Amino acid sequence: MVWGGWSEFWAMGGYGAFVWGAYGVTVAVLAVEVWLVRRRRRLARDEAARIRRRGA
Amino acid sequence: MIPWCAAAAIALCAAGLYVGFFVAPTDATQGESYRIIFIHVPAAWMSMFLYLVLAFWAGVGLALNTRLSAMMASAIAPTGAVMTFVALWSGALWGRPTWGTYWVWDARLTSELILLFLYFGFMALQAAIDDPRRADKAGAVLALVGVVNVPIIYFSVKWWNTLHQGASVSLTKAPTMAATMLAGMILMALAFWMYAVAVTLVRVRAIILERERRSDWIKELAPGA
Repeated sequence: MVWGGWSEFWAMGGYGAFVWGAYGVTVAVLAVEVWLVRRRRRLARDEAARIRRRGA
Repeated sequence: MIPWCAAAAIALCAAGLYVGFFVAPTDATQGESYRIIFIHVPAAWMSMFLYLVLAFWAGVGLALNTRLSAMMASAIAPTGAVMTFVALWSGALWGRPTWGTYWVWDARLTSELILLFLYFGFMALQAAIDDPRRADKAGAVLALVGVVNVPIIYFSVKWWNTLHQGASVSLTKAPTMAATMLAGMILMALAFWMYAVAVTLVRVRAIILERERRSDWIKELAPGA
């Protein structure tokens, strides 16, 4: 596949809004999930560490 | 294992997007709009596959009363819901240029939407019950009842007349698409799979810490656990 420059690539043959709308939302949703799950792990670690310090 | 899966997901995604956008040719009938396939089909596959894995762990947890398997089921649900949403969203944006509509109440689309509600229902039910062990059991029953929906989604395009096309890739027939398009799709499917494994494992670790933080073995762990 040879694109005639970046503007043609972003235009996606006139379907740019659909293609990039699909990819953009997918990237955003996955990024939010990664952020949330890392945050959840961090909070769980902090809480476990707090209980360990207090209980030991 | 988590960093390896995450690295594999990124590498496979880069390779899949490269093949999908710079190697695979323009589709003869759909033009460039078909390139949504590289996220749509992998997300749809994962949405069904993750539900089966969720139901498997839920069933094991119910039958053997093992806590970790129930936690695995809980950890999979949000990622399954994300995959289902991505499949529906990308499908809507693909349907508009090819079918002329974002949404139609046909068998494939409706059963996939039901899958999204099953994931939401599973998470809501577990969140609504305070006792984790009871939440596990209730969630497992829901997950096992809902598993009937997965073959309905998969075979919906055969059983009913739907707007959605039939399977282009199956285990019994040669794929009906260009080899480079197929390669891009497979690479993206593997990327989504590795992503799901990595995210689920991080989440199950968090769940274990949340539930077992008062037990002795957690307290004995090093701070880096």
